[in-house]
Amino acid sequence: MNATNTIDELLPSVSEPDPDTVARLHTRLVEQAEDEGLLDVSYRTLDSPVGPLLLAATPAGLVRVAFDREGHDAVLAGLAAQISPRIMRSPRRLDDTARQLDEYFAHRRRSFDVPIDLQLAHGFRRNVLTHLRDIPYGSTETYAMVAAATGRPAAVRAVGTACAKNPLPLVVPCHRVVRSDGTIGQYGGGQAAKRQLLELEHAA
Amino acid sequence: MAVQRPFEEIVAAHGSVVMRVCRALLGPTDAEDAWAETFLSALRSYPTLRPDSNVRGWLVTIAHRKAIDQIRASARAPRPTDWLPEAVATEGNPGSAPDTELWAALAALPPKQRAAVVYHHVAGLPYAEVGDLLETSEAAARRSAADGIARLRQHYQEESPR
Repeated sequence: MNATNTIDELLPSVSEPDPDTVARLHTRLVEQAEDEGLLDVSYRTLDSPVGPLLLAATPAGLVRVAFDREGHDAVLAGLAAQISPRIMRSPRRLDDTARQLDEYFAHRRRSFDVPIDLQLAHGFRRNVLTHLRDIPYGSTETYAMVAAATGRPAAVRAVGTACAKNPLPLVVPCHRVVRSDGTIGQYGGGQAAKRQLLELEHAA
Repeated sequence: MAVQRPFEEIVAAHGSVVMRVCRALLGPTDAEDAWAETFLSALRSYPTLRPDSNVRGWLVTIAHRKAIDQIRASARAPRPTDWLPEAVATEGNPGSAPDTELWAALAALPPKQRAAVVYHHVAGLPYAEVGDLLETSEAAARRSAADGIARLRQHYQEESPR
């Protein structure tokens, strides 16, 4: 092998950082960014009985919980457009939320005690979400009952939309809203996940 | 309106090339500070970056400025003896020996040649962008890189005859 080849082969890959170094640099960058107030959205993923969950938070609180079927990359791209592109993976800010979700799935928790940021829901949708937080663990309401409770008894369909677009499923329990005919109704995480959550809460 | 991708994707896509540029310009120890400074600075101004921008060129430009700041702050050019022992210690694998040798050779180049070689051959920027970074013409950037490569070859022929 002559010197010409050696240099041409070495230069394009000189000093490629190993995975440990990359991870260490990433952790340090996220910590510095948080300390300097430069991180607008932090996120992590969590394995759960209803599939991998994406958890995202602003400095104000938990802002988004997403199911796998929504496409985590698409959800993050949406947050970049709706909130800020200053988004980084940062488990630290979400460890408490993840721990509480783990406890919920293990039948050891009935309500969530984390700050939440409802900036992704406005107007009537936000009123619906506020009401949903008052539906107790293990019980259900119909879409019509929620519509009546929020002062717009005719807005049953709009309640359905508000539930479907709930940015914080599980933590804001839209899975506790079912159809008047007794069927389970739609769910962002899929009907099977909704059934699984209702069974989990009834079994407790 | 086009929208920025989440910054995490930018770090994932370009973190490695920025690290290699910082290492080649500063050596492994100072490189980590320059890398962190580069991405913090990038994160600060990211929301105002035009979505159709050449992100790698933008990041390498920031890294270039941070590297100059560090060299000025330390009031001397980095010398191979400052960081070569650590290079061996931190990498610590048998394959790192040619890397170490190349660092030494790169560090021994005149600053402009080293920068031109790093920006074109390590970061993969076209000569027009290398010229912009070094505040010179495309042709002059091409010449600096060619001179640098010629010196590296000479170095290899002298230092490691086969």
